[in-house]
Amino acid sequence: MVGYLFLAIVIFSIVAFFVGRAAGNRFVTTEGVTTHSLPGYHGAFVAVWVGVPAFVLVLLWLLFQGSVIDGLLFQSLPAAVTEGVTSAQRSLILSEIKNVAAGRIFAEPSPEIAAAAETLNRWQAIAGWAMVVVAVAVMLLALFVARSRLSPRFRARNGVERFMMVLMVFCSVVAILTTVGIIVSLLYESFEFFLLVPPHEFFFGLRWEPQIAIRADQVAGQGAFGAVPVFLGTLVIATIAMAVAVPIGLFTAIYLVEYASERVRSTVKPIMEILAGVPTVVYGFFAVLTVAPAIRNAGSLMGIATSPNSALAAGGVMGIMIIPFISSLSDDALRAVPRTMRDGSLAMGATRAETMTKVLLPSALPGIMGGILLALSRAIGETMIVVMAAGLIASLNINPLDSVTTVTVQIVTLLIGDTSFDNPKTLAAFALGLVLFLVTLGLNVIALTIVRKYREQYD
Amino acid sequence: MSEAVQSISASITSDEAQARRRRRNAADTRLRLYGIGAISIAIGLLGILILTLAIGGYQAFVQTHIRIQFPISTENVDPENPSEGNYRNVVREGLAALLPPAESPAQQRAMDQILTNNTQFIVRNAVVANPSVIGGALTLEVPASDIFDQLNKGVVRRATPEQNRRVTDQQIAWFDALVEEGRVSTPFNWGLFFNADSRFPELAGLAGAITGSFYALLVCFLISFPVGIAAATYLEEFAPKNRWTDLIEVNINNLAAVPSIVFGLLGLAVFIQIFGLPRSAPLVGGMVLALMTLPTIIIVTRNALKAVPPSIREAAYGMGASPQQVILHHVLPLSLPGILTGTIIGLAQALGETAPLLLIGMNAFITSPPGGIMDASTALPTQIYIWADSPERGFVARTSAGILVLLGFLLIMNAIAVFLRQRLERRW
Repeated sequence: MVGYLFLAIVIFSIVAFFVGRAAGNRFVTTEGVTTHSLPGYHGAFVAVWVGVPAFVLVLLWLLFQGSVIDGLLFQSLPAAVTEGVTSAQRSLILSEIKNVAAGRIFAEPSPEIAAAAETLNRWQAIAGWAMVVVAVAVMLLALFVARSRLSPRFRARNGVERFMMVLMVFCSVVAILTTVGIIVSLLYESFEFFLLVPPHEFFFGLRWEPQIAIRADQVAGQGAFGAVPVFLGTLVIATIAMAVAVPIGLFTAIYLVEYASERVRSTVKPIMEILAGVPTVVYGFFAVLTVAPAIRNAGSLMGIATSPNSALAAGGVMGIMIIPFISSLSDDALRAVPRTMRDGSLAMGATRAETMTKVLLPSALPGIMGGILLALSRAIGETMIVVMAAGLIASLNINPLDSVTTVTVQIVTLLIGDTSFDNPKTLAAFALGLVLFLVTLGLNVIALTIVRKYREQYD
Repeated sequence: MSEAVQSISASITSDEAQARRRRRNAADTRLRLYGIGAISIAIGLLGILILTLAIGGYQAFVQTHIRIQFPISTENVDPENPSEGNYRNVVREGLAALLPPAESPAQQRAMDQILTNNTQFIVRNAVVANPSVIGGALTLEVPASDIFDQLNKGVVRRATPEQNRRVTDQQIAWFDALVEEGRVSTPFNWGLFFNADSRFPELAGLAGAITGSFYALLVCFLISFPVGIAAATYLEEFAPKNRWTDLIEVNINNLAAVPSIVFGLLGLAVFIQIFGLPRSAPLVGGMVLALMTLPTIIIVTRNALKAVPPSIREAAYGMGASPQQVILHHVLPLSLPGILTGTIIGLAQALGETAPLLLIGMNAFITSPPGGIMDASTALPTQIYIWADSPERGFVARTSAGILVLLGFLLIMNAIAVFLRQRLERRW
């Protein structure tokens, strides 16, 4: 029904547009006076008046209908059912009612629940029709009001342009709303988490065993939320990734800038772009299927014990993924060094290698460092490779052949499956997410600042 | 004077100087070789990646089928009610006609394993669609079960000792008998594209994942394209330079670098928890992907708007157009090819994005394609993740095949972007 309602709003707006444009046309042709706006703007003015309020109304209605009905429904339940229930039990009761209402009955529901389900169905039908009626009424009213305002001297274009401006401002604020949404939701859930687990335990604890019981009758650990092993594991894998990516990426950039002919450049650059465009889930599968067994076989050939999901496999493949970032950012930085410096060095008799190491690299160093920091932030935030190839158990070691876990792996494993928002297991994921967000944000800000400062030197 | 020249020429021809020069040139060559080495390693790794996927995946594009005639007797299937017959018996009778009779229940079970587990349902659907075969016989090409598919493709080796492989010698003998009769074929595996997910590798396909990804990308496009263009136009053309717009710009640059999993947390906490949208729905996936694609689209749109020369704007202003008319009627249409190119590249990134979709539950096991944006569904990358996690042998090849399909889609999208850039983009 909601889909049809949106369709109806669109059709109404189109009709309104033609109504308004016809009016505008009449002003031009019959009344013989100069109009302020073109007929199309009259049409657009009416269409905006008809469509936008109704659209916003329906969106808000849909947003709040569920929670309002839930609240009313819960109040309508007999006190015997609702007395002293926690929020988790409350949502359990509500979801049972909804299941019964939708006809998904597993066991004979209690009479209160069955009655409530019937009420729910009735209310939902009423709410749905009420929404349609209100929306149509609003549209008709708006059509009437907007149409009555049209006149030859009416400034329809200014009205439409004012609306467009508001729309554009709103769209650019979406970016801020997203950031605010991220920060608020992470902070809120983390705050809940820190009420259950004290922050010093989270930041300095050495034991991470989040698999705690969700139901009372489950057999599970007591839970320990010391995130140091997780942070350490992330660091180990990111370090391995950088150890692979920085030399390869940097030497690639040096070769492309200083030695490569135009033809080599134009073939190597797209290949690097392919490397950057491969989805991370593909790298993850590559790590599991090819790299991890290869490392294991090599390890057993040399008689070294290696874990099947070693940090080396995950980190190494992550390094491959990051090569293109480092190479293209270093390439840009090296290229931004003024040509006169390079030519001056070559003219003094320096070889190309000397020019590179003594002139270009030092002056491009801030840019390259910025690129490396950006790549590091990507490595820390990268998820799929480590989810598929790294371990799940947080152990406090830095042996690259052993299995370690990372922040992103823990977020994914904690949030897949049972998610109820009032136990520390789920909330811990948000606390980890907050740390991840802040660390990557910090790295990005530092990197961008370094890059910007450096650019100003030559501009 | 001439002494000085002499001493310089002596100093650059002396053995010492030549040794020094050789050393410096060697260092130069070394750096060049390091560069070539680095590039070869990178390209080699990409080659290994693609090669392993192609070798692992090509087998999943064909599927072992077995042609069997099933006698549809009226004892097993009631002509009045064909959907509720004893199709297990029908399948067994079909096999019994070709193979020596089973001597024990265990042997019967081993024989049942040759055909896919869902054979009885395949036969039932065929009979329900065509009830006239009841009382006669029905010939069908039925997919072989995963282990026999692997055997046929040579992944399960006959040379392996019997206790180490999942098919017994007896089963191999039966299968060989079927091969001898010319009943085994390996046609192109259309099921890979037209079946939804399944617990059985021989039946699992990507239809659900492709539809889910399509819906998610559609939502992503419908949100991020208009919002991105409007935001970029405002920031580039109309926004005053003040602290607010600076804040928005810094924000957009930072959003582009936020790890994708954080967007998944946002989707989980806001779209699912607060707004109450359904889990696993392409709608939520598309909304999260839209937020991630938005910075990309805003950045490319601003660059495309910047590239339109001022003469166009000045001419339009000269004709009396209002600032919005200048942008809407002239500047935006001229920059549209650039915007479209960037949008397609942004959507291609969104198509490959996995982590946020995992958090909002698009890794569910769902055996039918979604009917709309509110139905539970998987997406291509999450389907690959699910298959990569599945223990059955056949899923290894399916995963590689799924990846090849995903890469194919990415390749097509990028090719369209390149085409648009070359054909439509104007240079001033």
